[in-house]
Amino acid sequence: MTDIAIVGAAQTGYRRRIDDANFSEMVYEVTSGALADARLDIDAIDNFITVSNDFWDGRTISSMAVQDACGSSYQGGRNVSTVEGDGTFGLLYGMMRILSGAYKTTLVVVHCKGSEGNMRQITNGMFDYIYTRPLGIEATAAAALQARRYMDRYGLTEEDFAHVSVKNRGNARLNPHAQLAADMTIEDVMTSKVMAAPLKMHDLSPISDGAAAVILADRNTASKLGRKPVWIKGIANCSEAHYLGDRDLAEAPALRDAAHRAYGMAGIENPFEEIDVVELYDAYSYMEPLWLEELGFCPRGKGGELTRLGATAFDGPVPVNPSGGVLSAHAVLVAGLARVIEATLQIRGEAGERQVEGPVELALAHGINGPCGQSHCVVILGE
Amino acid sequence: MSVHLEENIFYDGRIRMPYKWAVGKTGSFFLTQLRDHARIWGSRCPDCEMVFMPPRKNCPRCLVTDTTWVELPPRGVLETFTVVHFNEPSLQPMKPPYIYGIVKLDGADTGLTHLVNEIEPDSLWPGMRMEAVFKKANQRRGEITDLLYFRPEGGARQ
Repeated sequence: MTDIAIVGAAQTGYRRRIDDANFSEMVYEVTSGALADARLDIDAIDNFITVSNDFWDGRTISSMAVQDACGSSYQGGRNVSTVEGDGTFGLLYGMMRILSGAYKTTLVVVHCKGSEGNMRQITNGMFDYIYTRPLGIEATAAAALQARRYMDRYGLTEEDFAHVSVKNRGNARLNPHAQLAADMTIEDVMTSKVMAAPLKMHDLSPISDGAAAVILADRNTASKLGRKPVWIKGIANCSEAHYLGDRDLAEAPALRDAAHRAYGMAGIENPFEEIDVVELYDAYSYMEPLWLEELGFCPRGKGGELTRLGATAFDGPVPVNPSGGVLSAHAVLVAGLARVIEATLQIRGEAGERQVEGPVELALAHGINGPCGQSHCVVILGE
Repeated sequence: MSVHLEENIFYDGRIRMPYKWAVGKTGSFFLTQLRDHARIWGSRCPDCEMVFMPPRKNCPRCLVTDTTWVELPPRGVLETFTVVHFNEPSLQPMKPPYIYGIVKLDGADTGLTHLVNEIEPDSLWPGMRMEAVFKKANQRRGEITDLLYFRPEGGARQ
């Protein structure tokens, strides 16, 4: 599929606290950055998708509060629509609005500040208020239930997951946007503070502030621009049950389904052989091998081994999260679109020091939403 | 716009928003039975015959609405668990370390996320038999926490 291309992209640096900019100012930074990257004026954008979350912003209809900054108020106002979920879902929605035939271009912009609210209270708020929320459970304890179940099913160890943190925090040293970059050892991870067993401090992504934007264009518009378009070759999303106890947390059937459909659109039969670089949503270390299994890069239960063998290393056959991934910067909602931007830069050959050995012709980007990866979006990008 | 910045100002806000959420007929039956009799009920789908805990008015897989009630014993199997060590007093039901688990009650096809207690974390293992401990009758209020926690079947184990 070569109907829609990414023609511009920008992201802020991700920091524990961006204390000199409010939401709108972050959105303006990445909007103007994406326009400059695309070499387009705001005149050329006829549709806008803003992505945010009301709990994190501390206001209702938060996505309608950044219009001054994203350009949708330009010349009295343009079409704007909103998504509350991961940035990859905003990308999918923006793409569909162009495919409707009504628009030629779309700016997708997402922002979040984890620093301004209470992360644990906010993620407790995602659970149902009758049966689950009163228990006080939040994202990290829920993830720990999934990690334990995944370990138990396949006999994986905490060391298996530690390898992921060491790799990704190490990769982050080459990424100026990353928040946590470190030359760590397995022992550093294993001896870090236990947060919710089996997960320790270095198995967790950080709390981050940040924003990101991409500009999408239809084939006609994209082909006329001076720079190399990066095509969305395949894209699909899928969601599974809400209650944790309804799911087998050692599996992610929603990801399996989304991958199957995205691969079908892109004509991919063997992802390990055909995909050159992967950027996926590793909010916790154990997620990377689990997601890789469901994406078909290895058999079930072999995700840990794939990492140990170095197959996912920066210089391995399939580099996974050469940017440092979500473990190195986790502005919620933004992180999925950041994966798309990193994959885009790799295809353009513009990833700077974190550019993997090429040629990069096909890349996979991935976003999640909901507890323990309840829903997934898989994006295949290519030349 | 260029400014000479001497400090970044932060605005301290707090949102306290009251809600009164309708639990619905299905949940109301479940919670009144829990409160008044310390009994646990799931819902069975007439098509796929799966028994859901917590109960649903409609089967989430088949979407049929004529689900039937099935009483479940306060016993089951521990599917997974975590020991919480971090502190978040605004949220947590007790002082860490404490344990969350998912317990699949005998006869149910889905697990219930809840607290686990009366056992040292090192002695816990997935697959362990568990039993429910309820609050005393005069302390139950029609809430999921009327079920206090699960413990090893047969009582405390240290």
